[in-house]
This record gives sequence, structure tokens and C-alpha cells, in this order.
Amino acid sequence: MSGPRRQPHWSRRIGHLLLMLAATAFLTIFLALPLAVVFVEAFRRGLHAYLSAIGQHEALMAIRLTLLVAAISVPLNVVFGVAAAWAIARFEFRGKALLGAFIDLPFSVSPVISGLVYVLLFGAQGWFGHWLELHDVKIIFAVPGLVLATIFITLPFVARELIPLMQSQGSDEEEAARVLGAGGWQMFFRVTLPNIRWALLYGVLLCNARAMGEFGAVSVVSGHIRGLTTTMPLEVEMLYNEYDYVGAFAVATLLALLALATLAIKALLEWRYGDEIAAHAPGGH
Amino acid sequence: MTLELSHLSRRFTDYPALDDVSLVIAPGEFLALLGPSGSGKTTLLRILAGLDYPDAGTVQLDGNDFLAAQAHKRKVGLVFQHYALFRHLTVAENVAFGLRVRSRKARPSRTEIAERVQQLLKRVQLDDHGHRYPSQLSGGQRQRVALARALAVEPDLLLHEDLELTTVFVTHDQEEALELADRIAVMNRGRIEQVGSPEAIYQQPATPFVCEFIGKVNKIPLTYANHRLSAGDWVLEGDPWNGRHANVVAYVRPEHLSLVGAHTESGWAARLRHVYLAGSVAHLELYIPSIDQTLEADVAGEDVAALGLQNGAELRVAPRGAIVFALGEQAGDAPAGRWVWQA
Repeated sequence: MSGPRRQPHWSRRIGHLLLMLAATAFLTIFLALPLAVVFVEAFRRGLHAYLSAIGQHEALMAIRLTLLVAAISVPLNVVFGVAAAWAIARFEFRGKALLGAFIDLPFSVSPVISGLVYVLLFGAQGWFGHWLELHDVKIIFAVPGLVLATIFITLPFVARELIPLMQSQGSDEEEAARVLGAGGWQMFFRVTLPNIRWALLYGVLLCNARAMGEFGAVSVVSGHIRGLTTTMPLEVEMLYNEYDYVGAFAVATLLALLALATLAIKALLEWRYGDEIAAHAPGGH
Repeated sequence: MTLELSHLSRRFTDYPALDDVSLVIAPGEFLALLGPSGSGKTTLLRILAGLDYPDAGTVQLDGNDFLAAQAHKRKVGLVFQHYALFRHLTVAENVAFGLRVRSRKARPSRTEIAERVQQLLKRVQLDDHGHRYPSQLSGGQRQRVALARALAVEPDLLLHEDLELTTVFVTHDQEEALELADRIAVMNRGRIEQVGSPEAIYQQPATPFVCEFIGKVNKIPLTYANHRLSAGDWVLEGDPWNGRHANVVAYVRPEHLSLVGAHTESGWAARLRHVYLAGSVAHLELYIPSIDQTLEADVAGEDVAALGLQNGAELRVAPRGAIVFALGEQAGDAPAGRWVWQA
């Protein structure tokens, strides 16, 4: 270790600079700018126009429906995700690999296909269409269809988050609880759940963001009945197609805020409980 | 309370973890299981704790079917090898766990639980660590918390995967087992090779495996000629099997190898390769040209000093005693015969 410290060559420094500029420009054009455009367009005619656009009956119904769909599908996916993660992390059984593959399926199939499958199953011309019509059950072009499609799309989030964590934690603590006299549910609520709580919250967060933001699958099963079967992303599209830019971007700001809030909480969780969370990019389309 | 294990077998997909294991553990007895990893200790322990079940065999506690009870009804204290403390609970909450999960009828009051926890923490000298989390403790402290947690439920049977007092107890640490145990069960490949007092296990090992696993030992192959067994210049005078077995091996503990004068007939000429003095004992590493083997010998440190032994010194050694085994055809077979030889 001797000799004077060498300055990096000037061409190298310029190389660094160019690379940073390119990255910044890329992020600005593809991420920051579109986000800014959403807000700029939404407020183009002022705060009053913005508020009245959001206050529209259809917009309010779309918000309500989005919350409803998320409120049903997220808890169901929590139950399924925890159960599936437990089964995969704790037990050896036939078809375990297959179950893992099925959980990943929604990540690898285009959401449009996912929606279409439900139409083929439950639509008027579908396999169960006739039977459903006889019993006056509406699934496609109704709320149940939206919920089903959303559940399918968000299926992997909770399970995929929990499986690696539960596998790495092992079952020692659960077994210790059993031997100390805890019953099955006591073990679950006093040991299993506290150990996975942050990863579970993380999974729920991603699951919720996807449930509220999903477009493709719900678009196929929705039927686009204004005020009845349009969720917020669908409402945005319809308003936009009707040249109601303020309306479209006003609703879009809500989705953008949801995304920002999700991002913030996600970053917080990763920073605070990084070792308990298998950070991964939300898959899908 | 007598615990009786009979003919326990447990097979995992590709190997037998337990193979026809029978044991009786007397009330108040402290039994140590000793064996290499994979010998079946942990499987046996898990079966006793109710975390696994045998494919065949029974376990009875005072004549009652012990296996019929589920893990959480067995009143077993189990200290896991890696302690398995609840990471999200404090030390005091860990110790209180077994009491808190009891049904309302059987559960002591809050103050009683707190008192009991404090008592137990005091017993393991952690009474001022109750509010800490397991991650803030040292390995030894964690183990003591695990012990306190297991004792809190006043178990009938304490299983310990590492060390310390009480009934059944599985360990790698031989020194510990030999000091504390009433009896030792030496396990290998899912079978119990020998059960006995620590002294009997060490002095009268039943199988070559026990010889090699417990303590240090020199393994010396013997040859049969002229109606007697020998290894180089060491002659054992006789052969209980009259040459029926070709594969005969003598096991000699280092302390049973002594320095002898030049006049003795049976014994080896040896070259001192290395001498290592540990307190009053000198560990010698000796090369024996006539059998082309290096043996270990433990002799009194004074003798070494008196003789002024140095590396490369030529001397004579002879075994005072040995356990001789006639081995089976294949490795892993039970020995075909055993002979306790004395000089």
C-alpha cells in the first residue's frame, strides 16, 4: 500500500456520470412523470372539479365496490395462504410440489385468461351456466365473479410470503409449545402467528394492493355495468374512454395514493423487519 | 414411576431410525443416551415426548399406555438441543407458557404463576433476566431458560437433549454423561448396543462400536498361528475360538498400555514419536514397527520425567489388558465373540 492515491481517470468519471444521468432520466420518464401527470390532469380544472368528479355516484360506487371486493378476497386469501404455507412448510405429503405449482399459477397465467376461465365455467354459455341460471345465481357480470377473479389473481401473495419464512423458522417452537401442554389452536395463536406476523402483514399489503388495482381479470368478468360491477381501475378506463379526463385521472389519483401508501408501508416493513420478510417483487401483469 | 419401552421400531423412508429398542427406566433414574448423530437418540426422545410415533412397539408408564396420550397431555419436560425458546416472548413469559396454556380449571392464578416463574428463574440464576428476550441471552443462559420452562409444568419425565440432571437424557458430551448418569444406553444405527453403569460401559464394552465410541482406544488386528493370537511381538497365549474366526481385533485403552523393561518376552519395541504432558498424565504417540501401527499410550507423567523420554526415544511397551472381538463376516454385524484378556 504505497504511492500517491490515483484519481480515477477522467473518462471513467464521465462514464459514471452518464450512467447516473441515464438512470435518472429513465426513472423520471417512466415512473415519476406518469405519476405527476396523473395528479396534474386530475387537478387541471381545479380542486372543485376534482372533488365533484370523485363525488360522482358511479365513482363512489366504484370505490365502494373495490373496497368490498378487497374486504372479501383479502381475508379469504389470508386464511388460505396461512393454511397452505403451513401445509407446505410443516408436512411431507404427496402432491406437495403440485400444490406449490398451483399456488404460483396466477403469477404465470395472464389475468385475462384467469377471468376468461371463470366466464367459461360460470357464464351463461359456461359449464355451470345453465344450472346457475336455474337456481337464479349470478356470478359472471356480478360481484361474486369479481371476488372470484380477484381471489384467483391474489392467491400467491400471502402463501409465497410465508412459506420461506416458516421453512427457515422450523417447527421447534411449535413442538415446544405442544410438549408444554398447548392445544392446536393455542399453539397457532401463541407461537405460530406471532412468529409470522410481520411477513403476514407484508403479504396482506401486497395482496391488498393487487386486489384493489387488478384490471385484466376483473375486466373480463365485470360486464362493465356502471355503478354496479365496475371497480376503480375499470371506472378509470370507462371515464377515459368517454373523454372525461378529469374524472378518469381523479379516480386514478386514489389508486396512485394507494400505491404510494403501500410502497411506504412496504419500505417501512422491509427496513424494520427485513430478516422476517422474504422481500419479493409482486408478480403478475 | 417406571417407564418401560419395549420393542420400539421407527423407520424413515430409507433407514431404520429405531430398530427393536427395549429399555426399562426405574423411578428417579437418570439415564443417558449416548451415540453418534443419526443413531436414534433424538427419534427415541421425540417418541417419548409425543412428537413422533413408533411403527411398532409400546411405551408404558406404570403399566399405562404412554403412547395413547397426545404430546400436550403427557406431562413431559423437554429441553431441545437448540432450546427452541419462543423468540417473541420474554424469558419470564417463556417459563410461564406451560402454566398459561392450561385450562381454566387447572391454571394457577396470575400471581401464583408469577411467583412460580420467579422461583424457577432464581433456581437457574436468571432471576434478574425475566424481562429479556431470548436473543439477548448467551447460549448457556438460553439453555437454563429452556430448563426452567420445562420444569415449570412439573413433568413426570424430563427429557434433555443436551446435559444436566434427571431422567432420560440424550447427549454427545461423553464426559458429562459418564459423570452424571446412573446408567448409559449406547445407541448405534437405531439399536441399543449396551446398557449399563458408566464404569461397565467403559471397562467392559460389549461391542467394538462401544469400544470405539466411548473414550479413546487402540484397535489392533490379531493373527492366529500355532494355537495362539498375536500381533507382532505381542502374544496373547491362546485363542478362545481355536482359530475359527479369521477376523479378530484387540482393543486396548491408552492407559492399559505400559512401558516395560527390555527383559519382558511379550511386548513391542516402539519409537516415541510425540509426547504431550497434560497435568499428571503423559500422552505418548508410539510407532510400533513390527505391526506398522501408531498407538496411543497414557502413562504417569513422573515416569516420563524419570526416564527423560524425548521424541525419537526407543522403548518397549506391552498391553496390560484388552478386549478382544471376533468380528462377523460383514461390517456392522454383531461380533461373533468377545474375550476379556488380561496380561
